[in-house]
Amino acid sequence: MKLQRKNRLRTLSLGAVAVCGALALSACGSDDTGGKDGGSGNSTANASSIKCDNAKGQLLADGSSAQKNAIDAWVKQFSAACGVQINYKGGGSGAGVTAFTQGQVAFAGSDSALKPEEVTASKKVCSGGQGIDLPMVGGPIAVGYNVPGVDHLVLDAPTLAKIFDSKITNWNDGAIKKLNPNAKLPNLKIQAFHRSDESGTTDNFTKYLKAATPENWPYSGGKAWQAKGGQSAPQSSGVAQQVKQTSGAIGYFELSYAKDGIKTVDIDTGAASPVKATVANASKAIADAKVVGTGKDLSLQLNYKTKADNAYPIVLVTYEIVCDKGNKPATLAATKAFLRYIAGEDGQKILEQNDYAPIPDAIISKVRSTIETLS
Amino acid sequence: MDPMDPMDTPTQTADAPPRTLRPSPAEQKRAARGATRPGDRIFLGLSRGSGILLLVIMAAIAVFLTYRAALALSKDDANFLTAFEWNTGLVPPKFGIAVLAFGTVVSSIIAMVIAVPIAVAIALFLTHYAPRRLSGPIAYVIDLLAAVPSIVYGLWGALILVPHMNGLFGWLDDYLGWTGVFSWDQGPPRSMLTVGVLLAIMILPIITNVSREVFRQVPRTHEEAALALGATRWEVVRMAVLPFGRSGVISASMLGLGRALGETMAVATVLSPDFDLHASLLNSGGGTFAQNIASKFSEATEFGRDALIASGLVLFVITLLVNGAARAIIARRKEYSGAHA
Repeated sequence: MKLQRKNRLRTLSLGAVAVCGALALSACGSDDTGGKDGGSGNSTANASSIKCDNAKGQLLADGSSAQKNAIDAWVKQFSAACGVQINYKGGGSGAGVTAFTQGQVAFAGSDSALKPEEVTASKKVCSGGQGIDLPMVGGPIAVGYNVPGVDHLVLDAPTLAKIFDSKITNWNDGAIKKLNPNAKLPNLKIQAFHRSDESGTTDNFTKYLKAATPENWPYSGGKAWQAKGGQSAPQSSGVAQQVKQTSGAIGYFELSYAKDGIKTVDIDTGAASPVKATVANASKAIADAKVVGTGKDLSLQLNYKTKADNAYPIVLVTYEIVCDKGNKPATLAATKAFLRYIAGEDGQKILEQNDYAPIPDAIISKVRSTIETLS
Repeated sequence: MDPMDPMDTPTQTADAPPRTLRPSPAEQKRAARGATRPGDRIFLGLSRGSGILLLVIMAAIAVFLTYRAALALSKDDANFLTAFEWNTGLVPPKFGIAVLAFGTVVSSIIAMVIAVPIAVAIALFLTHYAPRRLSGPIAYVIDLLAAVPSIVYGLWGALILVPHMNGLFGWLDDYLGWTGVFSWDQGPPRSMLTVGVLLAIMILPIITNVSREVFRQVPRTHEEAALALGATRWEVVRMAVLPFGRSGVISASMLGLGRALGETMAVATVLSPDFDLHASLLNSGGGTFAQNIASKFSEATEFGRDALIASGLVLFVITLLVNGAARAIIARRKEYSGAHA
């Protein structure tokens, strides 16, 4: 009898282990995508220039992790000046847009403009209006590489496309040699890294390849990587890490990840000289963009084929998404004040210190006037 | 809830105050109820309530998942079961689980092949070979292994295990490359085999712990009988301990398998996923359900999430099948071993 009882206890404990196991399983499902380290310590904006306009309370926002560092830097300044708490989650563009169309956030950040069905969905939240895209943060997507003995590398769009589509598989390929006559290219297999998660960075990088060299990039594009072959890693930090530690690697990520000795490719756009991936060069390329949004929407069409001198063509623009009309009265004042600040000169100035590119004057002035009309 | 009643009614009736007339069954029942102390009734209600709540929650989850999955599946332009693609952003969207199902099963099998023998050996060592003073600390260290979060395993795997797999991969390619399963293209070793090895380490503690408890339950008399017949220590293990513990080891393995099937972050950090089937376990590529959900979720649209939920549902079905199979095996062995589990 005693033995029996012991056995039952044992069964119970086995059950308990099973339950614990199940709990452990469910516990490992989440991950934090707000990859980058937060904020900048050296921002110099003058807090007193921020107009608060009765802004108060708390703002919730969610969206692109690509602009998280920029938002963090802005929030630091803005909160100090106006006492408004802003909580930007950086859960990804998809999550941000979903939260926006469900009315959970005051504004969303997204690295691609709203799709027509998302605009339709936003009409439910914006009474009498709809969601609009306001370009706010630009950034170069750098192509980092790790080839021993090569400190300077120039590639053009067709060569990049062929490398990432596994058509060019060795660093001593003729096409690469032609662009880099002076480099000592080793006989080394190319390990092309792309993002394993869905990402606006992939979307913009492949949009560039598709626009600049459609005959070499037969894929339709989108946030998921479509080409076959190559290696993949999660998040920009993961790709950068792999590029750093893998000999023969090449990969794409936001410029801020190209540090700790990762070298970046200069792009031969057809301009007088190959273009370096820098913040200033990215701003020049964004200046070439056209506003294609209708009404108050200011979504951009980037000119990936730009041949302007010093215009780095592989860029990413993040939008803030708000309602043009019908923003919630409780958060309208704070939202407007925050957007006014980040689109203002001081706000845009902070971007450069964080490896982002400011939006060029012609476009940002439209953004500023649109912000004033928000209601 | 029902099984409770026959259990407590008779005992409570016995305690009920004596009556002159024999009460009707209904009255008897009422009397029985009345006689229970409030604490008992509250506890009964609570436990019954949580039982029902659990079922309701499970049903609600199932209904929700099925509904969302059905939404996605109705728009899938590719064959959900056989397509080698996951692109929910396309118009029309195309996604399929063939690669994920294959990868999930293969990585788990690798993990089981590596982990189960080692875990059983550790458990045997701890219960039958190791001196008592040693077995305590070792068991404690193995418990610690179970407490490491999976993302830490993932980071360790990506930063330390992956670079160190180069040697093993080269050796396998040299000697077993002709099989195709172990051929290697010299790429970074972020492949199914590496994932399998990492998963094996992760599920080792759970299998070890449960097996150890089971082996400890082997009746002393069985072992002594075997010893009396002149068996060596290994023969005792083979004839008395292993047959007795078999069903327990199987259920321990199933717990481990459950963890391996559902492991998310460690796989997502180590694997270099793509949507192709690869015969070689050494070349990077492939993917698992949980890894795919983790890596696609944050940027997914509403529809993309529905598609991911559909894939999660398939993982759920696979897990159910595996568990069912394990239960069937245990049930068949039960009368023989006479053990729990």
